[in-house]
Amino acid sequence: MTTRIDTRLADLKAQGRAALVTFLTAGDPDPKLSLEILRALPKAGADMIELGMPFTDPMADGPAIQASSQRALKGGATLAKTLDMVRTFRKDEAATPIILMGYYNPIYIYGVDKFLADAKDAGVDGLIVVDLPPEEDEELCLPALKAGLNFIRLATPTTDDKRLPAVLANTSGFVYYVSITGITGTAKPDANAVAKAVARIKGHTKLPVAVGFGVRTAEDARAIASKADGVVVGSALIDALKGTLDAEGRGNGKTVSAVTSLVSSLAEGVRSARSA
Amino acid sequence: MNVSPTPNSFRNGPDERGHFGMHGGRFVAETLMPLIHELEAAYNDAKKDPAFKREMTHHLKHYVGRPSPIYFAERLTEEIGGAKIYLKREDLNHTGAHKVNNVLGQIMLARRMGKKRIIAETGAGMHGVATATLCAKFGLECIVYMGAVDIERQRPNMMRMNALGAKVVPVTSGSSTLKDAMNEALRDWVTNVGSTFYCIGTVAGPHPYPAMVRDFQCVIGDEVRVQMQEAEGRLPDSLIACIGGGSNAMGLFHPFLDDASVEIYGVEAAGHGLDKLHAASIAGGRPGVLHGNRTYLLMDKDGQIEEAHSISAGLDYPGIGPEHAWLHDVGRVNFLSATDDEAVEAFQQLCRIEGIIPALESAHALAKVPEIAAKKPKDHLMVVNLSGRGDKDLDSVAARLGGKI
Ligand SMILES: Cc1ncc(COP(=O)(O)O)c(C=O)c1O
Repeated sequence: MTTRIDTRLADLKAQGRAALVTFLTAGDPDPKLSLEILRALPKAGADMIELGMPFTDPMADGPAIQASSQRALKGGATLAKTLDMVRTFRKDEAATPIILMGYYNPIYIYGVDKFLADAKDAGVDGLIVVDLPPEEDEELCLPALKAGLNFIRLATPTTDDKRLPAVLANTSGFVYYVSITGITGTAKPDANAVAKAVARIKGHTKLPVAVGFGVRTAEDARAIASKADGVVVGSALIDALKGTLDAEGRGNGKTVSAVTSLVSSLAEGVRSARSA
Repeated sequence: MNVSPTPNSFRNGPDERGHFGMHGGRFVAETLMPLIHELEAAYNDAKKDPAFKREMTHHLKHYVGRPSPIYFAERLTEEIGGAKIYLKREDLNHTGAHKVNNVLGQIMLARRMGKKRIIAETGAGMHGVATATLCAKFGLECIVYMGAVDIERQRPNMMRMNALGAKVVPVTSGSSTLKDAMNEALRDWVTNVGSTFYCIGTVAGPHPYPAMVRDFQCVIGDEVRVQMQEAEGRLPDSLIACIGGGSNAMGLFHPFLDDASVEIYGVEAAGHGLDKLHAASIAGGRPGVLHGNRTYLLMDKDGQIEEAHSISAGLDYPGIGPEHAWLHDVGRVNFLSATDDEAVEAFQQLCRIEGIIPALESAHALAKVPEIAAKKPKDHLMVVNLSGRGDKDLDSVAARLGGKI
């Protein structure tokens, strides 16, 4: 099985550069602006898109993503609406991979089989579910692989060589290396430590390795992109979005461009990494 | 379930992956998984070590003040006019609740693992106070996450934690109560996983916590077996305890699960009523996944977690321990619920006729005693777990009664 993720990463590898993976929360700050942002991302330079499925209790996320989930839920976000958003996006964008990211409970309540069928049908390519370690692979990972969706696993600084094979066993698409021990949007990764970790992971797998957590600027993106196959940026984009909101959390004419202009600058950082 | 030497036992769970029937498991971020395996190994090792057990027994006796008495509540029995009612006095433990039994176990384990920084979440503050207390005793750094709303309604406990040298971190995300304090503790743990031991306050969370906390709390039921034997020459006929996450209840119930003659009742918080805001996950929830385990949860139709409500901060949690969820599924434990009003009434009754001020949490168990006990014969022996003392709740009760207490 070859997915959009595999194809996109192979293309970028042929071009000799890393992928820029951008994160947004579905429905933040409202359904309409969120869809506009999603549609604007490929042109702004996003190579892959992580779409957050809002959850009331995002235990592994920092304040920026927590608040973003809250805004989306307040605006009526549901898992069904997130899938609708992907379906709409796919009407005029066939190549950019979409990875849904979130926590297990909303999926479990939606129904795993129905979720996988609907996600596949909507044009989703991969899943990242933060609270499903390999120990719980039977819940969603194995059914997702069977359904033709990539299940992208996080590896972290605490995932030692002994544990890595278990983490990699059912991972597909790429490996997401979490560059810090911690929650999203807090500490800044150390490029040297990341380089070592990426090399270590590559010793165990042929899969591409993308790195995220704590990347904020074009400069950070360039540093990571010179060591890894992909760079993931989330909280910084959400902070840019939040910067345009009024006191009630409503967006305006500047919301979309605040996100896309940061994406453009990150994309430049990523593109200049290997030539630098 | 494990293949066991005693088939059909209710006491063999969880299986090696931490499952009680469909419940339990390990639903946490990858960063924590290596530590969770390390913890499990350390706990399994400690269980086999007679020195660990000896040290526990020593501290339980000399520091906690165990065994806690069982007390025949003569006037309560008379007033209700049915079963003979005994109270298991966990309120007489050092720090004033059952929480200290579990915290002692976990802190000893943390010491064994060489961890010097302890974090905890707390609702009513009793678990926080117990953790702060044992950290002070053993010279460990202690950080307690507590919802901002709970800090307001449990001020005395916050002051106790401060006095004991713990750092209390107010949590303002979500509903600013226990569930959010637990999220925040998990965030801290993910960030400081190398140095930190997470001391969970109830029989919930990722495996091995539900089983480990249960094991540490079983001292309650183990003592009751011996004490009822001494007092009455036989086992009790029924057991009853309140359920937030369910640790005081599990500690009382577990040693009796295989005694078919013993009826067992767990009482959830029905808050304003089961059709309104409440904290009764079994009565009003369904299975879902939160905080590292699958169990009954209060949630909306999209799987978003709903706010729980109870007058008692210690029961104000939208979930229940996974072993309770399973005991409900298999029908071994009967789950009931008591409203805020019923709990306050039971609180006043025990104060008035027995001279004991119960925690509002425990008052939920007491609230269901009349309706069960009144129907029983006079030789029926009922044990109510008095999980903690109620000093901390005087403000809440006074506010409910219009300021007069
Ligand atoms: C006195 C007392 N009883 C009961 C509880 C509820 O906890 P659990 O259900 O784990 O026993 C608490 C929690 O704070 C408590 O302080």
